[in-house]
Amino acid sequence: MSTKTIEEKQYLVRFKADTKSHLTVLDHDICMTKCPDKICTIFCPAEVYKWEGLRMQVGYEGCHECGSCRIGCPYQNIKWEYPKGGHGIVFRLA
Amino acid sequence: MSEKFDVIVVGAGPAGTSCAYTCAKNGLKVLQIERGEYPGSKNVMGGVLYRKQMEEIIPEFWKEAPLERPVIEQRFWMMDKESSVSFGYKGLEWGKEPYNNFTVLRAPFDQWFAKKGVEQGVLLINETVVLECLTENGKVVGVRTDRPDGDVYADVVVLADGVNSLLAKQLGYHKEFRPDEVALTVMEVINLSKDKINDRFNLEDNQGCTIEIFGDSTKGNLGTAFIYTNKESVNIGVGTTLSSMIKAKLKPYDLLDYLKTHPMVRPLIEGGESAEYLAHLIPEGGYHSVPKVAGDGVLLAGDAAQLVNAIHREGSNMAMASGTMAAETIIDAKKRGDFSETSLNQYRETLYQSFIIKDLEKYKDATHTFEHYPQYFKEYVPMLNRAASKFFTVDGTPKKEKQKEIMKSFTSERGTIRVLQDMYRAWKAVK
Repeated sequence: MSTKTIEEKQYLVRFKADTKSHLTVLDHDICMTKCPDKICTIFCPAEVYKWEGLRMQVGYEGCHECGSCRIGCPYQNIKWEYPKGGHGIVFRLA
Repeated sequence: MSEKFDVIVVGAGPAGTSCAYTCAKNGLKVLQIERGEYPGSKNVMGGVLYRKQMEEIIPEFWKEAPLERPVIEQRFWMMDKESSVSFGYKGLEWGKEPYNNFTVLRAPFDQWFAKKGVEQGVLLINETVVLECLTENGKVVGVRTDRPDGDVYADVVVLADGVNSLLAKQLGYHKEFRPDEVALTVMEVINLSKDKINDRFNLEDNQGCTIEIFGDSTKGNLGTAFIYTNKESVNIGVGTTLSSMIKAKLKPYDLLDYLKTHPMVRPLIEGGESAEYLAHLIPEGGYHSVPKVAGDGVLLAGDAAQLVNAIHREGSNMAMASGTMAAETIIDAKKRGDFSETSLNQYRETLYQSFIIKDLEKYKDATHTFEHYPQYFKEYVPMLNRAASKFFTVDGTPKKEKQKEIMKSFTSERGTIRVLQDMYRAWKAVK
């Protein structure tokens, strides 16, 4: 079967997660007070960002390291680094 | 790792490996650093590799490289909700040596290519992140890695670290990209048997087909979708500028599923098994977004230098060509014993005289034009479909009258002057 949901898609990908997040929301208050759209929760291709009412949950373990959140955050509120060498996403095919 | 190298190449994609390979082949001492578990593990591409630039590095590479299918047909669809206007070219000459392009899967391909570099003497270190460039009096003299005692030194550092290009940004060579300078693209590799692919795409073994899809594939937003045939799988993907994604509040994976279930697309992948899901940014800012590419002790190549021609889906070939040009400059600079910006600017000059910058310059206003005037994707594609439907439906109306009606429908929707303006603007952007 071809996938239908993002959960099914993410299940196809191999991740070697570091214990420490390479993505940091600098100020959760900015998400709460200034950013009604919370657009990162929409455009992130891996649904890494989930708004939990008071703070932004960051599921860095499923990150594709594309860089969209760093560029697309309207408040430059995301510190974006590469995961430690050898960690993070491991593409096996394309 | 305290020894000094002639060259440090950051990244083991097509740009980095082309550079490392050529430098090592010419006797330079090369260290290549890759952050992934293996070359290709962080790299994503729709899947078309052009023969020309690869062949200039490794002649007759198709005899040994892990390729999928030589592309013998390129199709283009202007797709609406329940219809599509298509054109394309199929030529059997593309199925024979020297070929035009191939579909590839990047993880196996990049590993193979990097291994060719290692055979030339490149020292390849995987699983290592370069954190910053080391500088002395404004000159780049090496890199700091995330390994213990991880400082390494070289005469020249080549930044081939991909679209995010964090190192060049640290050096101040370019600012953070705007969302309209990058395209967010997602894709799936879907396993399908060879027989099904051959039947559905009208191919024989060792013949490949590419389909580029405009219009409803992105729900009218600035971008494209694609379907590329591998040996026993197809790559299907879709991307728009990040700014369009934000403006339309699109979830990229929803857009991908919209494409996969579209009535024009669904039959091609029916019954296929998803094998991998991938997301990546493509630098599509073009000519205006190309940063400073040479400095004291440092060069930029490939995606890191924004060298992508989005209109012609060319990127990896530009990466290879730029990586090779960087290598040639370094070899000459070594002879001169001069790695200053003035000496390394030879790379900039070569790059700007080559097809790479000439092509980017030709389309320098294309992305901005199509981003700023959404009617091309949103209105003209459906109009074209309605016109084709009308023209080819036999209903007793004389053809001349049909033509008249079609012309009238074009201009009545947008007005004659606006249509003419749109045509002129589009022509100017791509001429």
